[in-house]
Amino acid sequence: MSKNKKMVWNVSLIVALLVLLFVLEQIMPSGSMLFTVLKKGAIYALVAVSMNLLNGFTGLFSLGQAGFMLLGAYTYAILTIPAQSRGSVYQYYDGGIIHFAIPAPLALIAGGLIAAAFAFLIGLPVLRLKSDYLAIATLGFAEIIRAVFQWDKLGPLTNGSNLLRSFPTFQSVLYPFIVSGICIALIVMLINSTYGRAFKAIRDDEIAAEAMGINLAHHKRLAFVISSFFAGISGGLLAMYQTTIQASMFKSAMTYEILLIVVIGGIGSVTGSCISSFLFIACSEWWLRFLDNENFYIGSFHVPLLRAGFRKVVFSIVIMAMVLFYRQGIMGTKEFSVEALQGFFKKLLRRKGVKEAGDAHE
Amino acid sequence: MDWITRNLPYLMAGISVGGQYALIAIGYTMVYGILRLINFAHGDIFMAAGLILVYSATVMPMYIAIPLMIILTVLIGFMVERVAYKPLRTAPRMSIMISAIGVSYLLQNLALYVTGGLSQQYPAIPWISDTITIFGTTTKRVTVITPVLTLVLVVLLVLLIKYTKIGMAMRAASRDFETSQLMGIKINSVVSMTFIIGTFLAAIGSFLFFTNYTGVTPTVGAMPGLKAFVAAVFGGIGSIPGAVIGAFIIGICENIIKGVGLTTFSDAFTFALLIVILIAKPTGLFGEKEADKV
Amino acid sequence: MNNERNESNTVLRLENLTMQFGGVIAVDNVSLEVGKGEILSLIGPNGAGKTTAFNMVTGVYAPTNGAIYYKGEKIIQNTPQGKMKKLYQGKNAELYAGKHVIAPTPDKITKLGIARTFQNIRLFKSQTVFENILIAKHMLRTSNLFTATFRLNAREEAQMRRESEELLKIMELEDVRDELATSLPYGKQRHLEIARALATKPELLLLDEPAAGMNPQETLELTQFIARIRDEFGLTIFMIEHHMDLVMEISDRIHVLDFGESIAEGKPDEVRNNPRVIEAYLGGAQDE
Repeated sequence: MSKNKKMVWNVSLIVALLVLLFVLEQIMPSGSMLFTVLKKGAIYALVAVSMNLLNGFTGLFSLGQAGFMLLGAYTYAILTIPAQSRGSVYQYYDGGIIHFAIPAPLALIAGGLIAAAFAFLIGLPVLRLKSDYLAIATLGFAEIIRAVFQWDKLGPLTNGSNLLRSFPTFQSVLYPFIVSGICIALIVMLINSTYGRAFKAIRDDEIAAEAMGINLAHHKRLAFVISSFFAGISGGLLAMYQTTIQASMFKSAMTYEILLIVVIGGIGSVTGSCISSFLFIACSEWWLRFLDNENFYIGSFHVPLLRAGFRKVVFSIVIMAMVLFYRQGIMGTKEFSVEALQGFFKKLLRRKGVKEAGDAHE
Repeated sequence: MDWITRNLPYLMAGISVGGQYALIAIGYTMVYGILRLINFAHGDIFMAAGLILVYSATVMPMYIAIPLMIILTVLIGFMVERVAYKPLRTAPRMSIMISAIGVSYLLQNLALYVTGGLSQQYPAIPWISDTITIFGTTTKRVTVITPVLTLVLVVLLVLLIKYTKIGMAMRAASRDFETSQLMGIKINSVVSMTFIIGTFLAAIGSFLFFTNYTGVTPTVGAMPGLKAFVAAVFGGIGSIPGAVIGAFIIGICENIIKGVGLTTFSDAFTFALLIVILIAKPTGLFGEKEADKV
Repeated sequence: MNNERNESNTVLRLENLTMQFGGVIAVDNVSLEVGKGEILSLIGPNGAGKTTAFNMVTGVYAPTNGAIYYKGEKIIQNTPQGKMKKLYQGKNAELYAGKHVIAPTPDKITKLGIARTFQNIRLFKSQTVFENILIAKHMLRTSNLFTATFRLNAREEAQMRRESEELLKIMELEDVRDELATSLPYGKQRHLEIARALATKPELLLLDEPAAGMNPQETLELTQFIARIRDEFGLTIFMIEHHMDLVMEISDRIHVLDFGESIAEGKPDEVRNNPRVIEAYLGGAQDE
């Protein structure tokens, strides 16, 4: 398939998806679980892809994602709460110290930039560390950020450990889709550029990459800062989705969930991360809900064990099974594309054809 | 003198908490020494030990419940290694770590299911929960017992590692995993033994730890687990005395910070310490350097 | 080539180079020169310090003491410091004292025009043959993150790809262009490593045991191949090798190390008949 034709296919697929979402929104009740899954899924897809850029494409095992999301979410919230609502939000801190609000899109980008700036600062020392030490240091950093944001003294800025609310949110499912879509497209373009190739070289063999003239410190920092920028934006989106935020939400458990999404989708596959984040959110918020229902009957049979929390147990067993027995994840390091899909169907048809021919023979 | 009496409670609490961290940290440091794996599930096994005692204490007397708790905890540790880590022995290190995070997630969710998300009241253990008075400070007896018990256990462990056959095998495996396998060491039993010892100590640590706290929740293990890991890194990962010293330092510092009134930062401090150590001296106090060969 | 070479003709010069790990001296006060267009082979029994010398030139290790010049310019310099000050057992400890340390990272060295291959092949495992070469072109980019992401560097990108294709053709690797680098047969992987090093457009090429693990036939091919690329790319080659046929065949000069020390240097015939070299290989090498 020629490059142009591929482009046309991809663009038309995206347009079709957006139209479908738009139509769905018109015909389905807005409270439907479907929209919850789509909104949250789109946000998680972005943060999962940003984590994949680091863990999957650059080979840096970082566990700081929740911390960078927190930075993005707080920056967004702090900068967008309308001046007239600040009095009630910051009720314990005399309305806080910021008395202006900027438009939501700008604040999202600001959130990304703040996260990136922090990443730059901690990246200087931390990125010299190897694999698991890097993981634990970034995890520690996220915990520090969380503690700092809950600090009473910073209350006028962060509202301490109280909720931040009243900031602008989105109604339509198209909003997170478009923002995440643009961000993921940017990440994909980066991965396919000469810089992306350098990242993959570092992942494959640091020593060889360095011998090929790739400045390790510079490129690792680049990947770390970019990944954090997009984690920051997804944090801002998450704030919009949740309508209220609190530092205590962004625990390391959140990072673990994102990591599991990345693993399930396939470490090193962007489309894998996207697919798996929708699946993950759908399973945990929607499809497995019935497992939490104590009065669940199949016919007249009362299914035992079901009670609040059972969903998560089943869910984590499934994840564990995937981690152990299906290590390459849904996509491995491959990408989903129209071409691959075509190839898949062709193969399927051919096999069917062969089988039928074989049957006819007999 | 005035300063001492004012800060003695914090200091004593610090030493006590430090002892509890030490018992958890040994599990981390031994596992890391042999498998090069940060066993993220270790803190959750510690939590599970707490829950097991909560439930077993309701149906049986304490002198049966505690040994049962220790046995069950060790069994969990053993099972986790066999099911979640052993199949991945030849896989990249990242896979095993992800598996460890998966186990942690599973144990937490399992606990959430069992407890219904409610904090479970930890039973009062006779004698060690009693209140005593030292130097004019009232405290629970466990505060004094912990450091003593910790030191005794650590000395026993060090003797075990130095003078027994399995201890020698452990040392060999932590030096060079592959070669020790070639030399006929049954690596699987060495790894299992490491997990058994680690979880045994974590089980003891758990009843010392929870005696001082009101309840057990599904995520209660995560923080002490991470801190114990930091202690292990601080002392030089792979070194048992290092982990113990690191744990005491962290326990004391943390309680002093609480005493100064910066409770919000007592957790953050530990991680700041971690980052500083990793950058300044990644091998910790007693660790050994490893270099990549080009 | 003889001793009257002047500085302008010298590509690489090692000066009093010493590397000490803890209490062990791996390379002991080695000085040597590589002239323009020359093939200099570094030989010696196992553990003589050859690869360590390479690692110092390429910036993987900072030498404990000594200096390295590239085309007349000092690129690396160090003197025993800190703990090493007391521990140092080598020679010339004061020679560089007080001079500032120059310790560039390996990528800086490569950017100067010194490329290398590795003793134990280090290809980018998950990448194809073509991509392995293309990655090496990253170093020569003029684009930045922004222009690269938004494809404003399309012309440069096209040039990178064209040059990589050409290199594949020259290196006779075009038929395996889209195969995974690690799926190639061993000999081809060695070729690819050299091709990848050439993609950085070096003037000086360091080959670390290029014929390791090859059979005589492959070694013969490699010999011709190395001579060919030297002429075609106008290279200077500094090489570590154990296959004496290859070394004797293509080296202009040979430098011999034993226990970290230089014991001989000269034309292949001179070295072949040097009694110290014979002793090092036959007499002293029993315990290798």
